[in-house]
Amino acid sequence: MRTSHVKFYQTGTFTVGNRLLSEAERSVQSTLERTNALNSGHRACQGCGEALGARYAIDAAMRATDNQLIAANATGCLEVFSTPYPQTSWQIPWIHSLFGNTAAVATGVAAALRVKGRTQTRVVAQGGDGGTTDIGFGCLSGMFERNDDVLYICYDNEAYMNTGVQRSSATPPAARTATSQAVGSEPGNVFGQGKNVPLIAMAHEIPYVATASVADVRDLETKVTKAMSMHGARYIHILVPCPLGWGAAPHDTVNLARLATESGLFPVFEAEHGEITDRRTIRRKVPVEDYLRRQKRFAHLFKPELRTDVIAQLQAMADRNIRRFGLLDKEEL
Amino acid sequence: MRKPFAVTLDVGSSLANLTGSWRSERPVYVDRLPPCNATCPAGENIQQWLFHAEEGHYEAAWRVLTRDNPLAAIMGRVCYHPCEGACNRGQLDESVGINAVERFLGDEATRQGWCFDPVTTESGKRVMVVGSGPAGLSAAYHLRSKGHGVVIFEAEPLAGGMLRYGIPQYRLPRAVIDSDVQRIIDMGVELRLGQRIEDIQATMQQEGFDACFLGVGSQIGKRAYIPAGDARKITDAVGVLHQMEGEHKPLLGRRVIVYGGGNTAIDVARTARRLGAEESVIVYRRTRDKMPAHSHEVSEALEEGVKLKWLSTITAADEETITVEKMELDDDGFPQPTGEFETMPADSVVLALGQDVDLDLLNRLPGLTIERGVVQVDANRATGVPGVFAGGDMVGGERTVTVAVGHGKRAARAIDAYLQGVHHKPAGKHELATFDRLNTWYYSDAPKSIRPVLDIIRRQSTFDEVVGGLDEANALYEARRCMSCGNCFECDTCYGVCPDNAVIKLGPGKRFRFNYDYCKGCGLCVAECPCGAIRIEAEPD
Repeated sequence: MRTSHVKFYQTGTFTVGNRLLSEAERSVQSTLERTNALNSGHRACQGCGEALGARYAIDAAMRATDNQLIAANATGCLEVFSTPYPQTSWQIPWIHSLFGNTAAVATGVAAALRVKGRTQTRVVAQGGDGGTTDIGFGCLSGMFERNDDVLYICYDNEAYMNTGVQRSSATPPAARTATSQAVGSEPGNVFGQGKNVPLIAMAHEIPYVATASVADVRDLETKVTKAMSMHGARYIHILVPCPLGWGAAPHDTVNLARLATESGLFPVFEAEHGEITDRRTIRRKVPVEDYLRRQKRFAHLFKPELRTDVIAQLQAMADRNIRRFGLLDKEEL
Repeated sequence: MRKPFAVTLDVGSSLANLTGSWRSERPVYVDRLPPCNATCPAGENIQQWLFHAEEGHYEAAWRVLTRDNPLAAIMGRVCYHPCEGACNRGQLDESVGINAVERFLGDEATRQGWCFDPVTTESGKRVMVVGSGPAGLSAAYHLRSKGHGVVIFEAEPLAGGMLRYGIPQYRLPRAVIDSDVQRIIDMGVELRLGQRIEDIQATMQQEGFDACFLGVGSQIGKRAYIPAGDARKITDAVGVLHQMEGEHKPLLGRRVIVYGGGNTAIDVARTARRLGAEESVIVYRRTRDKMPAHSHEVSEALEEGVKLKWLSTITAADEETITVEKMELDDDGFPQPTGEFETMPADSVVLALGQDVDLDLLNRLPGLTIERGVVQVDANRATGVPGVFAGGDMVGGERTVTVAVGHGKRAARAIDAYLQGVHHKPAGKHELATFDRLNTWYYSDAPKSIRPVLDIIRRQSTFDEVVGGLDEANALYEARRCMSCGNCFECDTCYGVCPDNAVIKLGPGKRFRFNYDYCKGCGLCVAECPCGAIRIEAEPD
């Protein structure tokens, strides 16, 4: 129980805003002054988690830097749906790069700003999971290794959605994609492959690494704000459900992110200089099945026959995360 | 204009792209009826007054509350709070302690000296109200606030009706009645005590009343024939409770038998304990779970040492004993005699078998229909006599203080319409905000705060109030447990979760608006709205 009798604010910080909290305690997204960095009229699908996550993150970064921010953007959904020539949805200085070199472009922007003495202007690089964990991974590792003064944000929707839902190294096991079809004795993406980039980033011992999701805007904003208060290479990995690629209802985007974190499949934590410093504990634990059932990319686990063996493997992954990151309060274990 | 290499078009904003055209369904802000409001017999806007209390704006909360019910401090003590039984939070952890917050607001009004708004325009019409119980007080208050002249006629020497003469002091201290009544008198309502009305039409003509509201309580105890050697020892519950308000307290003896299973039986048994009875036994012909009395009142009575003897009927009463016959329930749950008898020591027997209304004053009123001891009224509480309305105990139905207050309010609205020469039509109700409309993830975990209960020894010997009130911190905490079912409480979640910035925040107190130029109809706002204040509907053609 984390509530107290003296300070009880009805919805606390679970809702985006809360009129009972003081101004200083309110989220960026609840204010009229938020940048709306990613403006209306973008061409993302209905209920796009990435559009939501990007606005949450960049608006928070804008406030944290007093609007002195430049963003570099990898190729991917985010870039394609926000800037079809000659229109743009971005209300901040924004530069497009190739699929694989966003980290390097951001490093260059940061270097140029340093040379020009504009130290108050900060740099963010952003990309999807494909541009981050696969194609841009070399540039990203280099940026970490050199400890360049860039915050890299990965919007993880667990596949190459822009080009037609192909598997990436962030696609979870058993998920169906265009390149990991639900056929054969072990349908969907294979177990035992893929990368955990937040842990790889931690292995670089950079100043700050964090994970977040669109289900908890307060947590996400806190982490972006904290990252912008630091210098050097920083990495935030945000889970952004994709209604199209996951085969989910557009209105379920936030709920799916919540189920991913509450089941333990997506651990939410933060680390400094390679050591985990905090984690977001599970509030209402759910079995992974609750999360899987709502997505057509896992439909083959339930029809034509119930694959309890595969579900058990995924549950074991979630349970391991819970142990590894301490996602349950001691009393609840 | 020269453009950079390979650039032929000017930079434009994506605002040119009206993505609202993709939509097949649209979200719409709605106000749904919270279950507390839906079940309140007095029609209080509970969700709305809790909304103000949540912010610590207690006076604003009290003003919203008293728009429907002027007796907040009384309600906070004697209402059986059906609202809490319906409260959606009950399905999450425990229902909100609405009644406790109401009492806090009512008491705060007295502590701070809040008054009702003064009447600004006089209608020139005069209405007589018969009875100063909850129905009469409610009707008088609502009529006066609409500018009508109101005179309350009360037969007893003090105001309050069954509040005073039917509810023991340990549940409702008399100072609370006095202050809630005084606040209504201060609006300019005239109260005539000790005036029993004999002929309604004559009084109306003599004093020039344009309409009349009858709110007479059920003050006559029902009798049952019990062969008794000593008839003096058999009294009735209403009489005992009424006598408690006089100078001579009832003499019930050391061993008191109360016959009946309703709330009045409980009241009398607990009163007997306080008057010094060593044994106070409730004899009831069915079982405890079949008792009409509210279970928390039964529990409180048991805590105070009141005993229950169920499945028994009294067949005879002698000087020192009574004879009871054991009963058993048949398949339909009705008690049937078994032929087994036993005797119990008893100094007195109090009958609490239900109450009737004294309808003598209606004898000279032609056009009035009375069936099974109650006056027949329509939905507007109008009797068959033009301009004469009735409510509370005398019209039947559930006889509680809150129901009476509701009758008074409804009748006052109908009388107001009648005085303007129109027919009152109640406004339509919103659809119900059921639990499945809510997204309860967003509410902080919080168990209910328990009201302090008076120490058991003091409860057995004095008439001090048993249940205490919440302090300010507790009341605030309790108010904030409200989930605001079906009504926007400006949590900004819709404004936050829209991936298309298609929710326009209008500022504090003004809620939100959809920008349908860009809303793609994904429904995220509908799914994530904590309180179910957004509906998704098909896009109009």
